[in-house]
Amino acid sequence: MDTILKLLEENAQLTAEQLAVMLGKSEEEVKAAIKRYEDEGVIRGYTALVDWDKTDREYVSAIIEIKVTPQRDRGFDRIAEKIINYPEVKSVMLVSGGFDLLVTIEGKTLKEVAYFVANKLAPMEGVLSTATHFVLKKYKDKGIVYGAPEVDERGNIM
Amino acid sequence: MIDYGRLLSPKVQALKPSGIRKFFDMLDEMKDAVSLTVGQPDFVTPWHIREAAIESLERGRTYYTSNSGLAELREEIARYQKRRFGLEYDPRSEIIVTIGGSEAIDLAIRTIVCPGDEVILPVPAFVCYEPLIRLAGGEPVLIKTKEENRFRLTPDELRAAITPKTKLLILPYPNNPTGAVMGKEDVAAIAEILCGTDILVLSDEIYAELTYNGKHVSIALMPGMRERTVIAAGFSKAYAMTGWRLGYTLAPAEITRQMAKVHQFAIMCAPTQSQYAAIEALRAGDEDIEEMKAEYDRRRRYIVDRLRKLGLPCFEPEGAFYVFPNIGGFGMTSEQFCERLLFEEKVAIVPGTAFGECGEGFARISYAYSIKHIDTALERIGKFIERLKK
Repeated sequence: MDTILKLLEENAQLTAEQLAVMLGKSEEEVKAAIKRYEDEGVIRGYTALVDWDKTDREYVSAIIEIKVTPQRDRGFDRIAEKIINYPEVKSVMLVSGGFDLLVTIEGKTLKEVAYFVANKLAPMEGVLSTATHFVLKKYKDKGIVYGAPEVDERGNIM
Repeated sequence: MIDYGRLLSPKVQALKPSGIRKFFDMLDEMKDAVSLTVGQPDFVTPWHIREAAIESLERGRTYYTSNSGLAELREEIARYQKRRFGLEYDPRSEIIVTIGGSEAIDLAIRTIVCPGDEVILPVPAFVCYEPLIRLAGGEPVLIKTKEENRFRLTPDELRAAITPKTKLLILPYPNNPTGAVMGKEDVAAIAEILCGTDILVLSDEIYAELTYNGKHVSIALMPGMRERTVIAAGFSKAYAMTGWRLGYTLAPAEITRQMAKVHQFAIMCAPTQSQYAAIEALRAGDEDIEEMKAEYDRRRRYIVDRLRKLGLPCFEPEGAFYVFPNIGGFGMTSEQFCERLLFEEKVAIVPGTAFGECGEGFARISYAYSIKHIDTALERIGKFIERLKK
């Protein structure tokens, strides 16, 4: 049933009916599988991939590397769980390498993001240092290539 | 004023241009039409394969290769055919790398067919065979395969078509445009008839990787058939490499030696960059094939289900990436149906008659398109059919 996950990850709009036909299963089977995935938290949600640069919305995003002091017993969890509470924070990941947490953040303006880093993140207890990278241009995200929509250039030949 | 009609080859002048051109010209002018006509994959050649070609350019490999193709490539082809289909061919004497499956077909026909020979061709089939047979001076003997036989060639049909003049049987399976395949029993029954005759077989296996109910079985695997079979194969459909123009022939050394001369004098060799890309494809591309095939299969199930729900009888295609629904129930010819569909709903599908008169009553729909694209087209086809039914 992992195929369902793969297909939904590529296109969350596929209905249970469509998936059932494509995979040669009954609609009920597919619905039950999806429900189970949702209940177990395997499927965490369904979202649209928006290219905000194509809209009028003022929008900046940044990636922030954070070095922290792990806490006894709880390691990095406590500070990560604190950071996730801010609505402007889109993702928080613990990573290997030269720093510990990788945070992506979105805001209306550069100033707003800078304010968040300077006044909320950096002073947080346990945060040793931060490095902020503003996103200048997005080429690909979640497997989708940004830029001009694809044109079908295949020739009709016989 | 030169009278070209008197000067140019009568054989060439007598060839009918592909009838579908007119239809495609109309389609090209209609910018907002949703097309399901294209006969090539919608995938881009996997990046690692493209990269191999780029690397060959960076290294300055811009020369001709040997006539039959890079030795390394022929070895990989031999390994691949053994691994995927159980076929065994000697890379040195039984494989020629060609410009697409098209040249492979041309080589075989030109090498085998003599003036006056009859060539048996099950139809509907891809448009190239008949003109190539005629250019070689042969006489095409068409067998109209039937929807109730799932467009397979039956032993009885073949027996009835054989005459003392029969030289060659062309076996175009998995089939474009019908999506039909010939299973093991089917090719075994055909092989039984041919063994002990002087009839050769050209098996066009360009779609061999795209079968959805079990692996493709080559007729060359049947007892006694290897010595009388030329296989035309290629990279276009399996690896989404149509634009690279790369294919090959697999045939006994005696036949290969003769075909190699035609190839050598007409073509020299296949493009070098494409050959390097193909080596990479064969070495590391099995997974690409499986992924693309799985996607085609999902679309196939989806499109057949939708067409049937719309009330279009549609036999289950088991190979290639086409469905061939029966559109004969509306009192229109295939061409009228497809033209009205194009003008009224802006959806393009290919009238079955583009593949010969025997395609009357059918249309070819390609599913080398995204599900979303297929969805849009089918919604419109649904509206069209609703109107026709009223």
